[in-house]
Amino acid sequence: MNYLVGAFKPPCNIFISFADGRSRKQVPLKKENGKTVMVALFQSQESIVGEVVIEPVHRKKVEHNGVKIELLGQIELYFDRGNFYDFTSLVRELDIPGELYERKTYPFEFSTVEMPYESYNGVNVRLRYILKVTISRNYVGNIVEYQEFVVRNYTPPPSINNIIKMEVGIEDCLHIEFEYSKSKYHLKDVIIGKIYFLLVRIKLKNMDLEIRYRESTGSGPNTYVETETLAKFELMDGAPVRGESIPIRLFLSPYELTPTYQNINNKFSVKYYLNLVLVDEEDRRYFKQQEITMYRLLETS
Amino acid sequence: MLLIGAEDEEKWLAEGIAGVQHNAFYLHRALDSNNLRDALKYSAQMLSELRTSKLSPQKYYELYMRAFDELRILEMFFKDESKHGVSVVDLYELVQHAGNILPRLYLLCTVGSVYIKSKEAPAKELLQDLVEMCHGVQHPIRGLFLRSYLAQISRDKLLDIGSDYEGDADTVMDAVEFILENFTEMNKLWVRMQLEGPGRVREKREKERSALQELVGKNLHVLSQIEGVDLEIYKETVLPRVLEQVVNCKDDLSQYYLMDCIIQVFPDEYHLQTLEMLLAACPQVQPTVDIKTVLSRLMDRLSKYAASSADVLTEFLQVEAFTKLSNAIEKVIEVQVDMPAVGAITLYVSLLTFTLRVHPDRLDYVDQVLGACVKKLSSIPKLEDSRATKQVVALLSAPLEKYNDTVTALKISNYPRVMDHLDNGTNKVMAMVIIESIMKNNTCISTADKVEVLFELIKGLIKDLDSATDELDEEDFKDEQNSVAKLIHMLYNNEPEEMLKIICIVWKHTMAGGPKRLPFTVPSLVFSALRLVRQLQGQEGDIVGEEVPATPKKIFQLLSQMIEALSAVPSPELALRLYLQCAEAANGCDLEYVAYEFFTQVFVLYEEEIANSKAQVTAIHLIIGALQRMNVFSVENRDTLTHKTTGYSARLLKKPDQCRAVYACSHLFWVDGQDGIRDGERVLLCLKRALRIANAAQQMASIARDSSGPVTLFVEILNKYLYYFEKGNKQITAAAIQHLIELINTEMQGDSATSDAFLASTLRYIQFQKQRGGVMGAKFESIKL
Repeated sequence: MNYLVGAFKPPCNIFISFADGRSRKQVPLKKENGKTVMVALFQSQESIVGEVVIEPVHRKKVEHNGVKIELLGQIELYFDRGNFYDFTSLVRELDIPGELYERKTYPFEFSTVEMPYESYNGVNVRLRYILKVTISRNYVGNIVEYQEFVVRNYTPPPSINNIIKMEVGIEDCLHIEFEYSKSKYHLKDVIIGKIYFLLVRIKLKNMDLEIRYRESTGSGPNTYVETETLAKFELMDGAPVRGESIPIRLFLSPYELTPTYQNINNKFSVKYYLNLVLVDEEDRRYFKQQEITMYRLLETS
Repeated sequence: MLLIGAEDEEKWLAEGIAGVQHNAFYLHRALDSNNLRDALKYSAQMLSELRTSKLSPQKYYELYMRAFDELRILEMFFKDESKHGVSVVDLYELVQHAGNILPRLYLLCTVGSVYIKSKEAPAKELLQDLVEMCHGVQHPIRGLFLRSYLAQISRDKLLDIGSDYEGDADTVMDAVEFILENFTEMNKLWVRMQLEGPGRVREKREKERSALQELVGKNLHVLSQIEGVDLEIYKETVLPRVLEQVVNCKDDLSQYYLMDCIIQVFPDEYHLQTLEMLLAACPQVQPTVDIKTVLSRLMDRLSKYAASSADVLTEFLQVEAFTKLSNAIEKVIEVQVDMPAVGAITLYVSLLTFTLRVHPDRLDYVDQVLGACVKKLSSIPKLEDSRATKQVVALLSAPLEKYNDTVTALKISNYPRVMDHLDNGTNKVMAMVIIESIMKNNTCISTADKVEVLFELIKGLIKDLDSATDELDEEDFKDEQNSVAKLIHMLYNNEPEEMLKIICIVWKHTMAGGPKRLPFTVPSLVFSALRLVRQLQGQEGDIVGEEVPATPKKIFQLLSQMIEALSAVPSPELALRLYLQCAEAANGCDLEYVAYEFFTQVFVLYEEEIANSKAQVTAIHLIIGALQRMNVFSVENRDTLTHKTTGYSARLLKKPDQCRAVYACSHLFWVDGQDGIRDGERVLLCLKRALRIANAAQQMASIARDSSGPVTLFVEILNKYLYYFEKGNKQITAAAIQHLIELINTEMQGDSATSDAFLASTLRYIQFQKQRGGVMGAKFESIKL
């Protein structure tokens, strides 16, 4: 029985490993099946070096038309299933056509790879980097093995980072002035700010600060926009009176945020907003949304 | 927020407590297994129960206390880094990840307190941060409790910091700043409670707020406990800030409570040195604030402080405490136009009490207070409010109590002016208080001027005031007048001249008292005058020939005026007695014609005014008694008077009365003493006449009641016989006595059953004398029983 099953299994096993696999930082990655696996982390301009091990099962002979390894940067739009856009595609031939009888190791190297985009796992879109090993065969299907890895790119702190300050209100009803210390935040940043109540004629119940995330995919009429509230952080409980100022301090680290992505390969964008929501006693909501820019700062630790 | 049934509230509370307990259980488990993540999770969930809006402050407090206890345990856990392995700095961030503000801030405060203690960051910054972050809770009750938690949890740290002298003074200020900030915010929240909800539950809300006042006041309490808060800091920072908050919050409940709190919490010494500042706030509070109570308490405290040691008194003078207080009160009254009279007066009472305690020597201060009060009183119509009058009474009583010597009070010029503003009833009460004070302290009022003032004060008692138709309680009236009578005796001066003046003044005043009062006051005055007479009599030798205004004659003239007034009341019996007293005094002064005149008046009264037979009997006996002692009269005059007297005696209505009066008259003819009259003949005549009357009485009795009457009269006469017999009246013989005894025995046979004790003891006496031997025994020998 076992033997029979073996007949449908690929005739060989392929292992892909990185040269600095032990020392390289691993980050969690969510797979399609919902499981999280740890994968290696790279950034743009790094060399991706490693080796591929091919091991025929049961010492069976494997005939092939050549072995190659590809480094692919793909954008996958879910609504456009099956359509991958490879924005990066590098190939290294590992072997010329021939036959494999026993375990064989192929070193590979992609040096200083340009990987401008970060790995991203969104609602409607996914951007991923894959190492793909293909053993081409005639008549029967190719044997393919993938190894995913994650790319993150770091940005230095922006030289210009203005505060966000704005006065908003409803005439004769509610006037507030809010202030966020910055307009650009790194992923582990803290949002510091203040809300001044200049005029309060409505009975407020509470006030929240929301972090909203907006992913837009596609273009033109086929644009899909997905909005999600990632954080709902209560800033105030009860009704303030005129002249009160309510502090804001929101640590971003507990939330799974990504940097802001601006029109990645003309396929998608991810934006973040701070939404200040005031709720009155009749549960009416008053809100003001402000875009903030997220960036990834190189973690020193 | 509508009115909520108590039942529902109980239910909600029970649910809340259950929620706290449920999460506390898991929290404990997490703590036991050193699981920080779960600990944070469950503590946040537990604290979420405090987000309820359904509970009244009392119930909320119950819930809060449950959570509070759990938080103490959590705090212990946070403190021990070895258990959770997270540095306090990271912990401080970690707890801030909580999405709900209330649990977040409770946790932040808890960690914050650990953080401060660890000294890994400057306490100042942490405190600032905590107090600032708490702004997020604007709900009054939740905010108050949160900040109260902050105050509570930081308290011991603050005391450490604030009292740490090794550090510079800045650390003290940090602590102070923190508390002041927290205090201010708490007060704002507290005040805001008032504004919430509809007006109809206002009363309930006020009650609820009162329940929370201590949370706010606690801050001030902590401030007072910080050792580093010296006078300087208190003066420059603490008080101005607190007062600013008090004034600006414009909430009566808060203002009242906080002012009181300031006064109670901080040391007296500070108050004294910052009096001006503190007092300046008083006129600025809401008109509805019971500022008088506040001020009263302040003054009360200060006066106690003043009493604590003599040294501090100079401080009081230095800071001119009185003037400041006085001005402040003036200002408060001026500003609070709607303050009822009672309020203003209460303030004055407090000020007066303060003055009396602190500056007992400054009568001018007292006068000033009373003056201010008069000013206030004259600006309002007659006092109708019973509480207000009560306060005025208190105001006026205070100096009396203080100065045991009532005379001092008489010096206060504004005193009577305040009294003028009282209604009649109260005026009387006050007058009574004055009199009682005099009596109690046994104060002697010794100058005419003072007497004048005094009577001016108590004029409510002395005469009918304008609205004389008051319903009077007879009993009260008697009490009052008796007091006045007593008072008259307290007016005394050794100097006859002055004394006479006093008497004249008193007379002048009492004269106006009308028929109802004279019977009470005149006797006192008469006796007072008689005392003077006797005094003069004693010194007579010295003053002969001198031009003295106070002579007995003059006094007697005055006396007869007085008594005449009394007889016009009419109160003839009393007048009669007084006349007799005067006559005796005149007798003592050797003024025959004066004495005679008095007797004449007595007889006139007897004839014209005394119609009641019983009164007549009494009068006759009094006259007899008085006349008997007279030795100033010439023979004719005396004869005239005795004749008159015996005549009246024999004309009394009832036979027994006649009999007794007549035998009493016998004494008029037999006066012991060196140059006494010894007219045995007439004595015998009297006694015989008495016997005749007794006989007649006896007969009348037997006719009327078919039984022989009492032999008492006979026995009485027998006693008189014996008396004169012993005194050596030749006209009274043993035979006569013997005869009388037999007569009595005969009478007794009628009803032998009754053995008369009087008779028996009389006979026993005779027996005794017989057996005694000697001259007296010989004399009695011949009497046989």
